[in-house]
Order: sequence, then C-alpha cells, then structure tokens
Amino acid sequence: MPAALWRPRRLRLHVGEVGAAALAVLLLIWWLLPVYNMMLIALDPEGNTEFTGDLWPTAPTLKAFRGVLFQEYWYFGDFWRQLGNSFFIGMATALATVLISSLASFALGRIWAGKGRSISTVALLIYTVPAYFLVIPFYLLMHRYGLKDSLWAVIVANVTFAVPYALLILQWYGRLIPIELDEAARVDGATPLQVYLQIYLPLMAPALAVVGTYALITAWNEYLYQFILLSSERHRTVAVTLATFFESDITPWNYPAAASLIYALPPIAVFFAARRYIAAGLTIGAVKG
Amino acid sequence: MSGSGQLLAAGPVAVNRPHRPFWRVHPYGSELAWAIAFLVPYVAVLLAFAVYPIAYGFWMASDPQLYVKLFSSDDYQDALISTLLYVGIGVNVNMFLALLLSGFMMRRSWWIKALLVVSMLPWALPAQMAFISFHWMMIYWGFLDSLLWKFFGIEGVDWFGHFWTALGANIIAYTWKTMPFWTLILLAGRMAIPQDLYDAADIDGATGLRRFVHVVVPLLANLYLVCTLLAAIWMIGDYNTPDLVSGGAPLGSTDVLATQGIEYLFDAGNPQLGVAAIMAALPVLIPIGVLLIRRIQTTEVQL
Repeated sequence: MPAALWRPRRLRLHVGEVGAAALAVLLLIWWLLPVYNMMLIALDPEGNTEFTGDLWPTAPTLKAFRGVLFQEYWYFGDFWRQLGNSFFIGMATALATVLISSLASFALGRIWAGKGRSISTVALLIYTVPAYFLVIPFYLLMHRYGLKDSLWAVIVANVTFAVPYALLILQWYGRLIPIELDEAARVDGATPLQVYLQIYLPLMAPALAVVGTYALITAWNEYLYQFILLSSERHRTVAVTLATFFESDITPWNYPAAASLIYALPPIAVFFAARRYIAAGLTIGAVKG
Repeated sequence: MSGSGQLLAAGPVAVNRPHRPFWRVHPYGSELAWAIAFLVPYVAVLLAFAVYPIAYGFWMASDPQLYVKLFSSDDYQDALISTLLYVGIGVNVNMFLALLLSGFMMRRSWWIKALLVVSMLPWALPAQMAFISFHWMMIYWGFLDSLLWKFFGIEGVDWFGHFWTALGANIIAYTWKTMPFWTLILLAGRMAIPQDLYDAADIDGATGLRRFVHVVVPLLANLYLVCTLLAAIWMIGDYNTPDLVSGGAPLGSTDVLATQGIEYLFDAGNPQLGVAAIMAALPVLIPIGVLLIRRIQTTEVQL
C-alpha cells in the first residue's frame, strides 16, 4: 500500500488511542479520588480535612493507623472486637444466604420446575422494596421477637434482603445445568437431598460464590440496620463506631479515616479474589435481559 | 466426588422404574413433600422478616390523620420534591453515563480489562467511607475547592450552601458508587449482541453513532429499561448518600423520604409518622415494581 494512503488512517488510529487513554486516566482519577482524599487525611499528623494543596502530605505519619490497630486511640479502644462482630455478621449473612437461597432455588428450579412461580414473584416483589423502608417496623419487631441488641437481628435483616436477589441469580444460573443430570441421578435411586448435595451444589459453585460474595459485601457495607438494632458496647460493629464518629463533632479525623481505610480492605480482598465469578454472575442476569 | 461415584455405581440396581420412559416425565414427579422441605427456610424468613414487617408497617401507618399531618408539613413536602429530583435526575444521569461507558469498555485491549477491575472498586468499598470522603472533598474550601484554587486559580463552589449544588453533590457521589455496577451489566448486554449484527451494519455503512442508534439502542432497550427501573427503586430507598454527603444541607432542603423518615423516628420520637413518611412513596414504588417484574418475567419467557 502506498505510504500516502495508510498514513492518515494510522494517524486517526493514534488520535483514537490517545483519546481513549486520556479518558481512562480521567476515569482512574475519578474512581480513586475519594480513596486518595481519605488517605491524605489518615496520613496527616493532625487529621486535617482541609486540603493543603500538596498532592503528597509534607509530614506523613502512620500514627493514626497505629492508633487504630493497637487500639491506642480511645475511640477505637475496642477496634478488634468490633471488627470481629462485623466479621461474624458478614460470614453468617453469607452462609445463611447461600444455604437458604440454594435450597429454595433447588426446590423452585428443579423439583418444581415451571411451577412455584408465585413464590418467585413474591420474592421479586420483596426485592423491589428498598431495605431502608422497613427499618422502623423491623426495629419494633425485633424487640418483640426478643432479638433486641443482638447480632442475629442484623444477620436476619441482611439475609432477608439478600435472599431474593440471590434466588434470582441462582434461578438464572441453574438453567444452564441440564435437568438430565438430575434425571440420571434419580433413575439411579438418589433422593432429592442427594441430588442437591452431590450434583446441584458442586455444579452451582460459581453462582454460589457470587451470591455469597454479594451477601458478604452488602452486609459489610450496610450500617443503618446495625446502627439501629445494636445498642450495647459489646455488640457494636466498626460501621456503627465510624458512623457515630462521623456524625459527632469529635476531632481529629485522621483516626476514623485510618479506621475506615482498614475496614475497607476485607471487602476489596474478597471482591478481587472472587472477581471472575462476580463478573460472570452479574452478567448472567444481563445476558438474559 | 466419591459421593457421586457411589451414586453412579449404584445405578444398575436402582433402575426399576417400570413402564414409562424416564425422559418423558419430570425427574421429581410430584414430590410435594421434598419441595416444601427445601422451601421451608426461605418461606419462614420471608414471612417472619419481610411480609410481617411490611404488614406491621402498613398497620402502623394506617391512621389517615398521619397523612394529613404529613402533607401539611413543609419539611415533608420539601422531602417529596427533593426525592423526585434526586431520583429523577440521578437515575437518568447514572444510566446514561453507564451506557456510554459500557461502549467504551467494549474496546479490546488489556488495559481496558484492568480498568474494568478498578472500576468495581467504588462498588466494593463501604458506602459510608466513600460518602464521608465526598463530604469532606466538597465541603466549602475542602479538597476540591483548594485544588481548583491552587492549580487553576478558580474560586470553588460552596456545594452545600445551595439547594441545587447540594443535590448535585449527592447525585455525583451516588453516581460514583453505583455507575460501575450498571456499566458492567450494560457491558454484558452489549457483549451478548452477536458480532454478525455489527458486521452487517458495517457493510451497510453504519458506523459510530449510526450503529449505536440502529443496532445497539433497539437491542439494549429492554435491558436498559429494566436497569433504570431497578436503579430508581434502589435510589428511592437510598439513605446513605443524602445522610452523609450533604447531610440534608442547606437547612434540611436535600433531605429525602428515607432520611426524613429516620428523622421522625429518632429526633421527633414519632415512629408512626416515620413509617407513614416512607409508606407514602408506595404509590410510586408499586407501579415501578409491577412493571419491573413483568419485564423480568417476559424476558424469561422469551428465552
């Protein structure tokens, strides 16, 4: 090809590439800016929230991180126990969501395939009610159920709102698994429970990972229910402590900034560990849309 | 997998179903008892922790006097208007940008894949931390204002000093948090469009904007609608953003129904009024929910 012909095209290609790269850099700044801002505050010796104009703090210190991790700063004197409570809530929510939704999706998708539609509809209807709409009745009911100031109250709240979504994802994913496998096992004399344990669960593993991660991250990031349902010091979680700190006028801010950065690490770790599954799981829904 | 091995080994002995060929019938026949046993935990959770609280909420908010009181209160009228604006503008900005961004993410190169992974960071981060950070960044002479002044000599905006900028700040923060999720969903939708269609459009001379209008838009419309409805429902129930980013500033004008309801519960000590404040959104929520369920179910049938 003569040089004169391909040169403009190549130039256009370059312009496109440069534009795309510029956009990518802008997007990266946009996504990372709030984290960077938090980092600046956490590293500032005084916890000053005002930006000095220095892109890197002049006298960065890990004092705030130490103060939180070694529980030296009075407000985070219970940090590890609170983190333990958060872990307990997150893990229990994830496990219960996986268990309950996989049992239900097995019943609706395999045993009762084609029937039980009204149950799925009710689930979807619940899914359309925003979680925060139920916080007041939930608070009053938990007192009635005797779950006042109990971690389990938060867990059931999380599970209630995670299960409908989980069921939707599992139902969609479940259709990819041929029913013939169940037929073969049933002919061989397996009970539904055996089919569930030995065929359904192993084959559904990727979808279960998605659902579990989703429940874990939602539980970890939720704080209104924890704030309202947990009152004693012993049952406080990191999210509640951070929320009360942020809504009070206590300074310095570097300690809560450091604590929230530490608190943000587990969900990010979980997310990156399961990112392949999550991308696949989320896209199952979309592809069928 | 020794379990399934045993199961298969037990095969020949267990085949004693007479007459009807097994592939003609459903493998579980009508095993009602099993289905019920598998459904018990789910239905129990649903009844005890979703249906009952909803019914309880209706009962709490059943006194018509509550609504008279609500609708005559200026705070509540403001909250209604802010909710409408917050959700109406927020959802559309969010979804439209996600649609554009998903097109960008279709490019095939290794760094786009890396970018996609980073883009999910806002989604995985605790909302609380992210929104407090936004609050500090946008506060008068916070991060953004200082940055603009230092590098561009522009005097910044008092984001939380005016209604529209405070509303804008909430929408910006909410978009930051949720747009990556919708981008991923729409990206998956775009990827499901067969390459043949793009090729055919290409041969017919439709590229760029024309391809977008005549190929992508019609094929993505249903998914886009479902996502918009779902996003609207979530945003109506969003408590975190208005609470943490603007904190209702200025003077409670950016309070939405969710924050207003919680305020009635705690600050005014009137849970009935709080529930009523939130229940009043149901006339909007229920049609959206019904439309959404229909859409989801019809797309299921098409498959």
